[in-house]
Amino acid sequence: MATHKHRAMHDLGGVEPTASQAIDRTEHELTQFDKSVDALVGLMAHPSRRIIRVDELRRAIESLQPVQYHGLSYYEKWLQAAHDLLLEKDILGEEEVMLRCAAIREAEEKSS
Amino acid sequence: MAEYHHHDHVHLDHAPISDHGHEPRAEYRVLERAVRELLIEKGVVTAEDWRRQIELMDSRNPSMGARVIARAWVDPAFKQRLLADAKKAADELGIDTANAPRVMALENTPTRHHLVTCTLCSCYPKAILGIPPAWYKSEAYRARAVKDPRGVLKEFGTELPDNVEVRVMDSTADLRYLVVPLRPAGTDGMTEEQLADLVTRDSMIGVTAARNPTSVS
Repeated sequence: MATHKHRAMHDLGGVEPTASQAIDRTEHELTQFDKSVDALVGLMAHPSRRIIRVDELRRAIESLQPVQYHGLSYYEKWLQAAHDLLLEKDILGEEEVMLRCAAIREAEEKSS
Repeated sequence: MAEYHHHDHVHLDHAPISDHGHEPRAEYRVLERAVRELLIEKGVVTAEDWRRQIELMDSRNPSMGARVIARAWVDPAFKQRLLADAKKAADELGIDTANAPRVMALENTPTRHHLVTCTLCSCYPKAILGIPPAWYKSEAYRARAVKDPRGVLKEFGTELPDNVEVRVMDSTADLRYLVVPLRPAGTDGMTEEQLADLVTRDSMIGVTAARNPTSVS
């Protein structure tokens, strides 16, 4: 059997044992979170902005840690990658994102 | 990536099985809101842009692709235009493909069947078919489609005779595929609209054939 030690983690074609797994064909609706992330990335990629291009998003997803690549949900990966690109391009600052996350969590805890 | 470090229960050897339909981890739910709010406050996007983008996504579904296929079945000239430039042809039917990557239509024949995957990620003709199904994005489908296409087809209930060549098409970020399934037998008298009902999402990905007219009441 071929080994895949030189394969990038996203290069899944024919890779075992994944290539022997059954396909889970369950249909799922997207959650509001999924839709929101898809919409934000779509807006960033829109020709009127071109802040994040498709190939950049892929590069950012393919640069995630393997635990993230294999463990996060599809749109969690998109969000992490979009976030990383927005920091890389100085559209957002790391500090302000962290502060905003903390403020959102705090407000949620107060209201719960 | 700081948000991620709270989580040590994500294991490398555990593929994300059916990750759709589940609410995100708490830190990603918060991160989404933070990023969205900041982008709106900075004027990069407006709240209205965001709402409209979600509406656009919700409005796209496989019935758009089905109309394209049904037209191709009844109008040979349209089919030629579709095979030459799928985006332009879809545009003729009022499907907005302006900002979408290139789409190539692949015609199935009695001796050639196409199966579409994206081994590297999840590229899909979203402008024509909407959001891909979760299984299309799954690691198992991506890994298997290029290695065992007939086995994958069988799993979807599709058995092809040995004389039918199976071509597996691996999509890229810049080129996505739309399968033109074979027009089923016994559909000669059907209207374009009735024909569109036979064209399923899965048949345009190539994991199944179009529905048989006797299966539709």
